[in-house]
Amino acid sequence: MSGAPALEPTGAEERPSKGGIGPFLRMAAPPTLVALLIVLAWYGVTYFVLEPDRRFLLPPPHGVILQGFLDGGVLTEILGGLYQTALVAVYGLAIAFALGFSMALVMSQAKWIERSLYPWAVVSQTVPILALVPLLGFWFGFGLMSRVTVCVIISLFPIVINSLTGLQSVEPKLHDLLTLHDAGRWTRALKLQIPAALPHIFTGLRTSAGLSVIGAIVGDFFFGRGRPGIGILLDRYSRRLRSEELLAAVIVACLLGVAAFWIFGVIGRRSVGHWDPSWSDKRQKR
Amino acid sequence: MSENAGLSGQERTRSTLDPVISLTDVSKSFGSTHALDRVQLTVQQGEFVSLVGPSGCGKSTVLQLCSGLIRPSSGAIERSYENIGYIFQEPTLMPWRTVEQNVRFLGELEGMSRRESRRRAAEVLALVRLEEFDNHYPMALSGGMKMRTSIARSLLLDPDLFLFDEPFGALDQISRTRLNEELTSLFADRRFGALFVTHSVDEAVYLSSRLLVMCKRPGRIAAEFEIPYEFPRIPSIRYEPEFALLAGKVAAALAESS
Ligand SMILES: Nc1ncnc2c1ncn2[C@@H]1O[C@H](COP(=O)(O)OP(=O)(O)O)[C@@H](O)[C@H]1O
Ligand SMILES: [Mg+2]
Repeated sequence: MSGAPALEPTGAEERPSKGGIGPFLRMAAPPTLVALLIVLAWYGVTYFVLEPDRRFLLPPPHGVILQGFLDGGVLTEILGGLYQTALVAVYGLAIAFALGFSMALVMSQAKWIERSLYPWAVVSQTVPILALVPLLGFWFGFGLMSRVTVCVIISLFPIVINSLTGLQSVEPKLHDLLTLHDAGRWTRALKLQIPAALPHIFTGLRTSAGLSVIGAIVGDFFFGRGRPGIGILLDRYSRRLRSEELLAAVIVACLLGVAAFWIFGVIGRRSVGHWDPSWSDKRQKR
Repeated sequence: MSENAGLSGQERTRSTLDPVISLTDVSKSFGSTHALDRVQLTVQQGEFVSLVGPSGCGKSTVLQLCSGLIRPSSGAIERSYENIGYIFQEPTLMPWRTVEQNVRFLGELEGMSRRESRRRAAEVLALVRLEEFDNHYPMALSGGMKMRTSIARSLLLDPDLFLFDEPFGALDQISRTRLNEELTSLFADRRFGALFVTHSVDEAVYLSSRLLVMCKRPGRIAAEFEIPYEFPRIPSIRYEPEFALLAGKVAAALAESS
């Protein structure tokens, strides 16, 4: 086989050049515009819909900024709450991941194990957290432990399902290849199933990260012992009719959720974007 | 190709006429489906045997039996190969590995040292003309290049038996013709035993030293042809009258068996 090297055209299209501010502007402009419109509508409601004596229901944006974010005492309180909530969410997600991934790994080893465990994974999703409150408090106390448990329960399912789908996504012929070379279970899992599952695992983590934040905030409402999280602050501010602080806390809670989703998006793109089409930068759905 | 002749360090003296695999009276049923009926088949070292037949006649089943992935319902299979290469219709690469990492994969499974596997990978990548693409991910390769990577992956272990299950069926005609040429020179160089399943009579005649036609329900070997051309085959034989004559005979046998 001598002769000139055969350079076939590769299947991949040319990447559009990434540099320049143009594409970024085009990406960022529409949502920014929507944000502006929302602020505008907000002002509209505050000053034209609500009479002055009911204006406390929706204080104007600058009020929220002044009293919620620029007031040192309040800001420290909210950031402290944010830290607590984020901590609970991270613990919850970490435990849910360890638990959910292990479950999926075990389930992927045999059909009968999958059939035995799958229904319970589904049940974990249907648990009405409210019904468990007294029990969790009874077992784990009304503090951090119970809050973390709420996060675990809420965020477990997407991790189990996505990990399992990923572990089972391997082409059957690749399994045959390993069988041909006498690969054992462990080799199969490490070299084949887990790498193949990574894109799905990151999808699961991204969903569960958002859910874990929700779990941490919800957990605050029921298990308020110890240092206050954002949920406790929300409760406190609304009781005292401090709507500027309340709205500031709501915004911070939303940002935490967005950050959780975004972080795992970035990690996913960085880790598997170079080989998985659904995580690659080029992903242009539609 | 002389610089690549043989994977040094594992110089086996390959003499033709040693059977690498032989099937004697092999039958196979899947439940009530009688897929294969008393198949006789021998592939010798340095022999390129093609298997053509209508779809569903049991060609893939023959390969799976040869590889040991499934067991026969009756009959005997005698294996005397040390290493086997199995090329599927799809390239079945690992998308998370680069071309080079894919090619070194079987070395990892077989406990080959890193140095050895790196050296061999460079060799076989040159053989399939992918040395420039060792760092590419499969996502960025054309169908033909993926298939070359798949072949290189098996070549790493220098198999003495190669099984091919319609490997070029999904490629366009131009890539297919080119890969045929590359495969025949690879074969001339390495002299493994090959069992090659295809739908294309042309491809089968061009590549093989012997050609078997199978028929359906149940699958049996219906006809056998010797292809007299020397290896490596030169592309122009495809346009010779005898080639057309031979291909015509095979096609007729195939039509009869369908
Ligand atoms: N794992 C299997 N289970 C049940 N039937 C099978 C299986 N594999 C093959 N068959 C049957 O055996 C016959 C031969 O199949 P196959 O070897 O794939 O044919 P070919 O490769 O020639 O198209 C077909 O009728 C097919 O349906
Ligand atoms: Mg087949």
